[in-house]
Amino acid sequence: MMRPTHQLPVHHPSLELLLDYAAGSTSEAAGLALATHLALCPECREVVAQFESVGGALLEEIQPAAMPPDALDDLLARLDEPVPAPAPACRSTADVDALCPLPEPLRSYIGGDLQAIRWKQVMRGVDQVVVAVGRGRTGKVRARLLRIGPGIRIPRHTHDGTEMTLVLAGGFSDGDRQYQRGDFSFSDGEIDHSPVADDDGECLCLTVTDAPLRLTGPLMRLLNPFIRF
Amino acid sequence: MAMEHAGTLRSPAWQPLAGLISGLVPAGVFTFYRNMPDVPSPAVMDGRPLDDLLVAIARDRDRTAFGLLFGRMAPRLKAYLLRSGVGAAQADELVQEVMLMVWRRAGTFDPARAVASTWIFTIARNKRIDAIRHDRRPEFDPEDPALVPAQAPAADRSIETAEDSARLRDAIGKLPVEQAELLRLAYFEDQPHTMIAQQRGLPLGTVKSRLRLAMERLRRDLAGS
Repeated sequence: MMRPTHQLPVHHPSLELLLDYAAGSTSEAAGLALATHLALCPECREVVAQFESVGGALLEEIQPAAMPPDALDDLLARLDEPVPAPAPACRSTADVDALCPLPEPLRSYIGGDLQAIRWKQVMRGVDQVVVAVGRGRTGKVRARLLRIGPGIRIPRHTHDGTEMTLVLAGGFSDGDRQYQRGDFSFSDGEIDHSPVADDDGECLCLTVTDAPLRLTGPLMRLLNPFIRF
Repeated sequence: MAMEHAGTLRSPAWQPLAGLISGLVPAGVFTFYRNMPDVPSPAVMDGRPLDDLLVAIARDRDRTAFGLLFGRMAPRLKAYLLRSGVGAAQADELVQEVMLMVWRRAGTFDPARAVASTWIFTIARNKRIDAIRHDRRPEFDPEDPALVPAQAPAADRSIETAEDSARLRDAIGKLPVEQAELLRLAYFEDQPHTMIAQQRGLPLGTVKSRLRLAMERLRRDLAGS
């Protein structure tokens, strides 16, 4: 079942999502999931680089808007201003030697140390921690790390909004699809699913949702008011 | 592309090379510039490829090159920022900040990786995210030891040449109108494709398929050469 660790991801974000990321219109939380996938996926890095070229080409052919006449002189006078000290690097170097290292930018977002995370149990075998994202308005968008025990099945559910999932370690299956490290899945309200973590170890995922999930199983739906996802 | 080469050859910096081929064009064209080497005509200098200007800024801290780059790019950056919904005064300010970053970071521009307009686009895009949405833009770190490298680095296709860039502009010009329109919305309006669909009252599936067709076509045009 398990693919060798050096194997590249096989499930990728859609071209439209990569386009949004290259154009700069994704939320910070979605950008976190996409950029972390890019760290694990040379193929999608290549696509994003191409889409950035499209941005450059569109910028070259946009109908120009006149700048104030003194704009260039004002700016030339500022060129010798001292350069402000760069913001302190928040990049972390911790944890990169681990067996399944968390890549940037996620590593810095969680403070660099997977071991120091204070997990909260959601249900038996499933722990989560909310990843702090965004200084500005994030609305209902939430980024979370999920740790799912071997063989644990997530109760059948759907989403009012969308859910991005990026596998960081271990794997899970959803119907006939297998997800491993680096694989990216996107689901919207039309998908009603019940993913199962692989038997051979814990599964670590980053999820980004823009609305709470809804349990849809016959009995589980009674629990909707109580779940903490 | 042919235009840009012509511009390069006609600019004073290239006079020795221009001299070699001056037999091919009317002599007056070159003697005119030789007579006034210190006052290059902006129209002629304007033909210098953006990449050359940026390299001159990085290498020589060349203010003339910076002025020319500003003349070419600042009005376009302003148009880009206006399209994303900022007022004219804020757009002017943001353009100044973007161009100041261009001056300061010119040394990190690598003409082997991307053309100047692409590099400037990424700076403007990040400035827009920072200024308008007050968000950070999460990015992978190319030096990250945890980054999974390309398996065939020799075949790394993220290298963008001036030819790619010209072909790309050409390909954008040939897109069906409804695809080109959506493409510009996606890049200029600071809205993910899902919001574009909502705001324009278009079915999400239509937006997705038009964008996908446009992007697949552009990628094919970039790859096939």
